[in-house]
Amino acid sequence: MKKNEVDNKRRTLLKGALAVGMATALGGLLPSKAWAKKKVGMGFIYVGPRDDYGYNQSHYEGKSSLAKLDWVKAVDQENVPETIEVQKAMESMINLDGIQIVFPTSFGYFDPHILKIAPKYPDVMFLHCGGLWDAKKHPKNVGSYFGYIDEAVYVAGIVAGHMSKTGKLGFIAAMPIPQVLRNINNFTLAARSVNPKITTTVVFTGGWSLPVKEAEAANSLIDQGIDVLTCHVDSPKVVIETAEKRGIYSCGYHTNQAVLAPKGFLTGAQWNWSKVYQDYAEMISKGTKIPNLVRGGFKEGLVTSSPYGKVVSAKAKEQADKMRASFMNGSMVVYKGPIKDNTGRVVIAAGKEYKQTDIWLEGMDWLAEGVIGSTKG
Amino acid sequence: MMGRLFEPIVIPFAALLVALLLFGIFITAAGADALGVFESMYRGAFGTWFSWQNTLVRAAPLMLTALCTALPARIGLIIIGGEGAVVVGGMTAALTGIVLTHASPIIVLTAMAFMGMTTGGLWIAAISALRHYRGVNETISSLLLNYIAIAIMNFLVFGPLRDPETLNKPSTYHIGEANMLTEMGSTSIHWGFGLGVIACVALWVLMRHTPFGFAVDITGGNMRAAKLSGLPVARLMIITSLLAGAAAGLAGMIEVAAVHGRANSSLNANYGYEGILVAFIARHNPLAIIPVAILFGGIRASSGLLQRDHDLPDASSLVLQGIIFIVILASETLYGRFSWLRAKEKTV
Repeated sequence: MKKNEVDNKRRTLLKGALAVGMATALGGLLPSKAWAKKKVGMGFIYVGPRDDYGYNQSHYEGKSSLAKLDWVKAVDQENVPETIEVQKAMESMINLDGIQIVFPTSFGYFDPHILKIAPKYPDVMFLHCGGLWDAKKHPKNVGSYFGYIDEAVYVAGIVAGHMSKTGKLGFIAAMPIPQVLRNINNFTLAARSVNPKITTTVVFTGGWSLPVKEAEAANSLIDQGIDVLTCHVDSPKVVIETAEKRGIYSCGYHTNQAVLAPKGFLTGAQWNWSKVYQDYAEMISKGTKIPNLVRGGFKEGLVTSSPYGKVVSAKAKEQADKMRASFMNGSMVVYKGPIKDNTGRVVIAAGKEYKQTDIWLEGMDWLAEGVIGSTKG
Repeated sequence: MMGRLFEPIVIPFAALLVALLLFGIFITAAGADALGVFESMYRGAFGTWFSWQNTLVRAAPLMLTALCTALPARIGLIIIGGEGAVVVGGMTAALTGIVLTHASPIIVLTAMAFMGMTTGGLWIAAISALRHYRGVNETISSLLLNYIAIAIMNFLVFGPLRDPETLNKPSTYHIGEANMLTEMGSTSIHWGFGLGVIACVALWVLMRHTPFGFAVDITGGNMRAAKLSGLPVARLMIITSLLAGAAAGLAGMIEVAAVHGRANSSLNANYGYEGILVAFIARHNPLAIIPVAILFGGIRASSGLLQRDHDLPDASSLVLQGIIFIVILASETLYGRFSWLRAKEKTV
């Protein structure tokens, strides 16, 4: 009986294989699928995997939230490098899927890739995450959107400041570029507003996605006595998991990593792309003109904080909530002088302040007092 | 005579069909509709003129990086340092372009290509020199040199050569819009594809129809015999590696001159590593590299549709590449086993 069974199985398998073989042969002859005209077509491109517990996942979650709008057709593509591949991915979405609005989400997609493809498709809108759209230089069908996530990092810094016992925080960062430096400074300034003796030790790994180096950096920071760890890399997974394994606290980034560290996770800075993408979908369906620049923080709903972990003290929660409220009503300005950098130079004189939207902040090249590390990497 | 021509075509094609069959089973097991997937793959890679261009433009760098593994393999060196040669070639090409930015475009491009090919060539030649004179394993040293190349590039791009305007993606200065390599005719395929085909054909002629190529194959077949018969083994090795590295260096130059206009971390986009697969599947034959690179370009080009229309992860196209690689390598054992494929040989 057993033998029969095996034989039967083998037979079905062979049949299956045959069918697949036929399919291969026939595949080329079948007509292409017709594309339903009426839907709003939105295409998303990520530089890494959709499920990276980080930057790419945050966009994927935003894209997935469109599923409930049945008049939207949302497609996406992962692991697209910042080469000619992204140009072709955009064109493929436009030509083969009839997409009207493309969201290439990685920073390096902008120049030269979007700028090269956009003029070829004047009816398609190209919206870039974090890009530097300039009305004078760039095509009209290009735009950019980005969130002031450093506000949420500041709130995480408040929690970290309250929870740290050793007064030593750790920050694993990809590269010493303005966006990253701003997060490091916000985290440190916030923690030091709780306890002025706190320091943040920074390690730059040199790349956006280098899990082995991130794990090494995390371990070496923990060996040096830091007790709260956070990061700015594409996928915080390894950093958060290493912190949890070694029994210290961690603050997340990009998306919610609480599941990776049920014991030590404090809170984190998260993007809220769901809102952004749903807003864009509404605008297209209503035919309103899409703004070329969208920016915002807590107040505009572009960023949020991850829910507090179980260990977070009541006082830390209270202070963090208060801080979030000040960001919401616009009364909080992080870069208000006097602020020194970590070499003792005064970078913002007393009485001077740079508001969130100030372009000066987007060229940041210094580390605040209390940060141990150097922008030289 | 017929048989010898016939066999290397029939066996890889049969292997390719087997690989597609296995992939079909894999997709069915993953819960997707195999028929639809194959239809999408065809549409995404070869179904329209747009898809063809998409495929060919992706094949362009693979042809050149595959040569970087294929040529040394013919002389018995397993070199996987194409990635490093692409990076150093691209970096020096960008440097050349920046320095000469105001010269006429043809001079800029020629100088860029020359510098990219020279540095890429020396990079790989150094590996085979180390192998020949110091006994350093060329596979390991070429792999490690990839990381050194990337580190050097990062140092230059973050430091002395950084254009301060490239805030969040540090890059070198731009070589100048006028100096960019154009597209071929009215297509959207840049000249890298044309150069790749020319390089493959030229190196095929060199390897198959000249005394130099014959000497390389003899050395690859039996180095001791080659030495005993008086062939200049060291020189052959170094020249072959120089040519191999020059091909990869040219790929780096094309990335800068046709796509980015600057050197930055986009230079290490794994073209060097994918080229290794292409070279092995083409059995280190420069002419066979062209169709294999186009096949791989097509697989990458269709990956987008697989994700968009069938919710398959990007990794499924890597699975297909892997299956093809293994089946083709396994099919090597079939050569000479089918007498009907070789029947005519006796009459020669």
